Amino acid sequence: MTGVLNRSAILHIGVVILLFALQFVLPPYHHTNMARIMTLAVFAMGYNVAFGYTGLLSLGHALFFASGLYAAGLLIQMGGWSALPAFSMALIAGGGLALLVGVLALRTTGVAFMIVTLMFAQAGYLTVLYLGEWTRGDEGLVLPAASRTIGSLDLTNDTTRYFCALALFSIALLGCYLLARSSTGRVLIAMRENEERSRMLGYDPLRYRLTALVISAVMSAAAGAAYGVLFGYVGATFASIQYSIFPLLWVLLGGAGTVLGPFLGVLLMTYLVDLAGDVTSAHLLVVGIALVLTVLFAPRGLLGTVRARWLPWLP
Amino acid sequence: MSLLSTQKLSRSFGGLKAVDNVDFELESGQIHALIGPNGAGKTTFVSLLCGRLRPDSGKIRFGGQEITRLPAHERVALGIAYTFQITSIYANLSVFDNVALAAASAARRPNGNRDVRAATHDALERTGLRSRASETAGTLSYGHRRLVEIAMGLALKPKLLILDEPTQGLANSEISDFKNLAAGLKQTTTLLLIEHNMDVVMDLADSVTVLNFGQVLATGPRETIRSNPAVQSAYLGT
Ligand SMILES: Nc1ncnc2c1ncn2[C@@H]1O[C@H](COP(=O)(O)OP(=O)(O)OP(=O)(O)O)[C@@H](O)[C@H]1O
Ligand SMILES: [Mg+2]
Repeated sequence: MTGVLNRSAILHIGVVILLFALQFVLPPYHHTNMARIMTLAVFAMGYNVAFGYTGLLSLGHALFFASGLYAAGLLIQMGGWSALPAFSMALIAGGGLALLVGVLALRTTGVAFMIVTLMFAQAGYLTVLYLGEWTRGDEGLVLPAASRTIGSLDLTNDTTRYFCALALFSIALLGCYLLARSSTGRVLIAMRENEERSRMLGYDPLRYRLTALVISAVMSAAAGAAYGVLFGYVGATFASIQYSIFPLLWVLLGGAGTVLGPFLGVLLMTYLVDLAGDVTSAHLLVVGIALVLTVLFAPRGLLGTVRARWLPWLP
Repeated sequence: MSLLSTQKLSRSFGGLKAVDNVDFELESGQIHALIGPNGAGKTTFVSLLCGRLRPDSGKIRFGGQEITRLPAHERVALGIAYTFQITSIYANLSVFDNVALAAASAARRPNGNRDVRAATHDALERTGLRSRASETAGTLSYGHRRLVEIAMGLALKPKLLILDEPTQGLANSEISDFKNLAAGLKQTTTLLLIEHNMDVVMDLADSVTVLNFGQVLATGPRETIRSNPAVQSAYLGT
């Protein structure tokens, strides 16, 4: 048992160390790309808590990402808050919103849940557009460089930004790792696998699904807020349906219900879109094909397949 | 002392009265068998007791407390465990993890055993599943999956264990193992046993209730039921 703990702990710590070291060798373009990938991976990991571990197929996670993005962005832009308190407030906004949405949406399951979450996210998107006076709608807000600091850290600096993204990523990864191994994590998986049985073992489905949704939303909001602060832009695209679909695709590609899968999914998808963009203008077609191939030949996603075939100890 | 009782408990599906005005008493520390022909309403009745289904009318009391409106998971916390007639296990998880989820649930109770690992091994041992602990539950034979159900029921450490046709699909040797297990459980747990196998009923049960068309046809000590002419013609077929 300790052997298992060591193997998987070493793997995850290894990934963090690798990402740390990578920053010294990456050329500028990929440097920025990796910072973005790590930030979006936090969103993907958050989505994975709901979808991958608990089996909640949400089509509305753009709402939670955008709630963090806008909470932080508007507090900075209009409230004159500094980055760190705005970030903390964004977590509360995401979690609070998830509590509200969850109490209503979690009365449903399956397709109905997908539709209800989709509707909530759409309502969020329309709200962003409706409040155009403050959010500037599709055009969005560019956060002033002066506000993008934590103490003496200048977040517009590439290296600082990379380290902030890495720090957030590492905390999220550790959190997911611990959650997946915790007794709560096991009950979340139990809910995904067989809700009726779990209820008859004494676990309250609503309570556990709500817990998962709130954790998931707080992580998504953290990613959203970090994205705004690190890259300086807050726009309505991030509240659109696209950003509800992306996390689902990332997680499917990387492996639902695995700790590292979401990161792998974001990484591959980003570079796939990038490479395809060099070859053809129809890069979304390439993404589509990659996904169809994944679903056909590795329905558990990349890491899910690796776990099923070779590494059963992967959390 | 009565552990569980119902008053005029009813539940219909459309026009069908699956459970019809049932008054029922379950003595603490007994093995009580619930018998009756297919479709008599046995599963429906115990589903009302454990909270999987809501009654249309009537009352359920457990340990002096009314539980008619209590959600299923809270009844489990009070000590009512149900093992499904149609096995419902975590097919993708290992046998150990299946049973550990039950043991972990019991561990949350005030006097629960905090050592989930030991409690899980104990339940696996008692059901003869220890050597299969690491197998994926969905790959087991039908009989072994039924034993996983029973192991989960044991690991919940209930006051009342409701077993819905536990011996269905078991081999003869496994049935006699089950009988030993059930007889041993009597010390700590009250058993409500739905069972078609009359040998098992007559060997194990202290008292028997016969359901027919959703109604109680007869109830009483095993011997009285065995010799009851109405029961014989309706159910025992002798
Ligand atoms: N969910 C349901 N919807 C509609 N009808 C149902 C439902 N559940 C049970 N019934 C009907 O209620 C009656 C009682 O069913 P129940 O499963 O309780 O019988 P049983 O005594 O457990 O039978 P068996 O010995 O076959 O398990 C049957 O006629 C059955 O078809
Ligand atoms: Mg039945």
